[in-house]
Amino acid sequence: MADIYQEHILDHYSRPRNKGVIDSPDIYYKDSNPLCGDEIAMYAKLAKPGSDGGNSGNRSDSGGRSDDGGVMENRVIAKAGFIARGCAISQAAASMLTERVEGKSVEAVYAMSADDVLGMLMIPVSHARMKCAVLALKTLQAGIAVYFKTNKTRGA
Amino acid sequence: MDAGLKLLNAESLRADFPILRRKINGKPLIYLDNAATTQKPRQVIGAVRDYYENYNANVHRGIHRLSEEATDAYEAAHVKAAKFIGADFKEVIFTKNTTESINLLAYSLGLQLRKDDEILLSEMEHHSNLVPWQQIAKKVGAKVMYAKVSADGLIDMDDFSASISSRTRIISIAHVSNVLGTINPVREMAKIAHDNGSLFVVDAAQSVPHMPVDVRQIGCDFLAFSSHKMLGPTGIGVLYGRSELLDSMQPFIYGGDMIREVTFGDTRFNELPWKFEAGTPNISGAIGFGAAIDYLKNIGMESVFSHEQRLSRYASDRLLSEPEIKVYGPKERAGIVSFNMGSIHAHDVAAILDQEGIAIRGGHHCAMPLMSKLGISGSARASFYLYNTKDEVDSLVSSLGRVRKVFGGKG
Ligand SMILES: Cc1ncc(COP(=O)(O)O)c(C=O)c1O
Repeated sequence: MADIYQEHILDHYSRPRNKGVIDSPDIYYKDSNPLCGDEIAMYAKLAKPGSDGGNSGNRSDSGGRSDDGGVMENRVIAKAGFIARGCAISQAAASMLTERVEGKSVEAVYAMSADDVLGMLMIPVSHARMKCAVLALKTLQAGIAVYFKTNKTRGA
Repeated sequence: MDAGLKLLNAESLRADFPILRRKINGKPLIYLDNAATTQKPRQVIGAVRDYYENYNANVHRGIHRLSEEATDAYEAAHVKAAKFIGADFKEVIFTKNTTESINLLAYSLGLQLRKDDEILLSEMEHHSNLVPWQQIAKKVGAKVMYAKVSADGLIDMDDFSASISSRTRIISIAHVSNVLGTINPVREMAKIAHDNGSLFVVDAAQSVPHMPVDVRQIGCDFLAFSSHKMLGPTGIGVLYGRSELLDSMQPFIYGGDMIREVTFGDTRFNELPWKFEAGTPNISGAIGFGAAIDYLKNIGMESVFSHEQRLSRYASDRLLSEPEIKVYGPKERAGIVSFNMGSIHAHDVAAILDQEGIAIRGGHHCAMPLMSKLGISGSARASFYLYNTKDEVDSLVSSLGRVRKVFGGKG
């Protein structure tokens, strides 16, 4: 049977990237996984409108909205962070996700799916552990939904 | 130990459980999640099969041969369940499980409560014995109180007594904690409850399957348990109630089989216990449950209890001799051992043990308030039954070495 505790997972678990609070974040959400009682808070800071967040290489997959939108659209995540208590899968997924979303537009991150998370983790995740794997993404997306709502520019 | 106590031979009993021959990841299954549900012996599986193959029919209705046989077997299961806990036939109601039994009480008794009446529970209750009371209390404006659990995993009896007032109508407590294995002094509690004029309910989901339980000896008013946690099928459970109380209570589910006479204007309910069993019941489940009770009786509940106590004492001693393992709960406990390994999450412990063919539970065990009281988000839990052996405990402990290896310094 394939092992879910592969080196890259354990590496992100024991040396999490971007772990810590981000002050005055543009995007913030805190949630818990009722199955395990795990808790997570996701943070993101956006690049200034018009700038590319210093990472233009990733912009091509940014949800395909045209540039004639308002200044709130297609804003790019400059930095993401998290604090969490949970199992190795949920922690590693959070750590990897914060790296993955840097330089992506909020729309592109909002459109990410569970399959994208599986592709990122590169391990076989059982049905029972899917909730752990997607906890960070779901939480970040909930934060983005709040951001959309408060800025009311999306899909106008 | 009692002079007459038969020692249970787990090795030879294992032959009765087909599933124990299964391999998981090429390794023999070691099933240590018995507090969640138990495996079934061929006697139980056979009884269910026999019903479906030879006398499947509805009960209490037909005047034909099959229906008579099915009715006899269904009622025989009631007799067995009642005898098993020292109750009368009419005091045992079949439900779906412990959860439904407690919901029946919450609706039937709880809805009679008035504003500012009180319900007393403890901090170690399973969500099944907490959420129904909490929600009904909200509806009627009653208050739910929680007797404190001490650091060593016991209900603080001073706090228990101090939490009882003249407004306390119902007290509902787990006989055995599904997280800590604590055996609560329900007999003493029943007396305190009755001295105060309160009703006393026992959540016996983790006790009836594992030790001798007699409702008259405890002196409780109600007691609930599930067949699937005692070798029987899922979907069948028991609510015991003192007959005077059941007589005066309003049913919770209405329909067929629970009535004596129906006119367009009114209904006279059937006699006990059928008054509380509306609709076609889980007949095959009841028959399988009866076979499970026969199986346990044959072994003897004293023997089951002492076997599990030996295993859990051995397991906790071995776990405590390992580095960085914390075991929760009191020293004297039933066959349930909850623990954590350093800062490693219980899910990770369970997932790695699964690779070794060992099934344990990791998580909050449907007792989130207790977890937060213990200051943890979850624990790993090994829970034993009559077919578990010392060798299996040894495998558990040595496999924890693999967990430590995978997580390197984190253990
Ligand atoms: C103490 C306790 N109460 C109630 C229950 C609920 O049992 P069931 O799911 O069979 O209704 C359980 C089982 O998990 C339990 O351990």
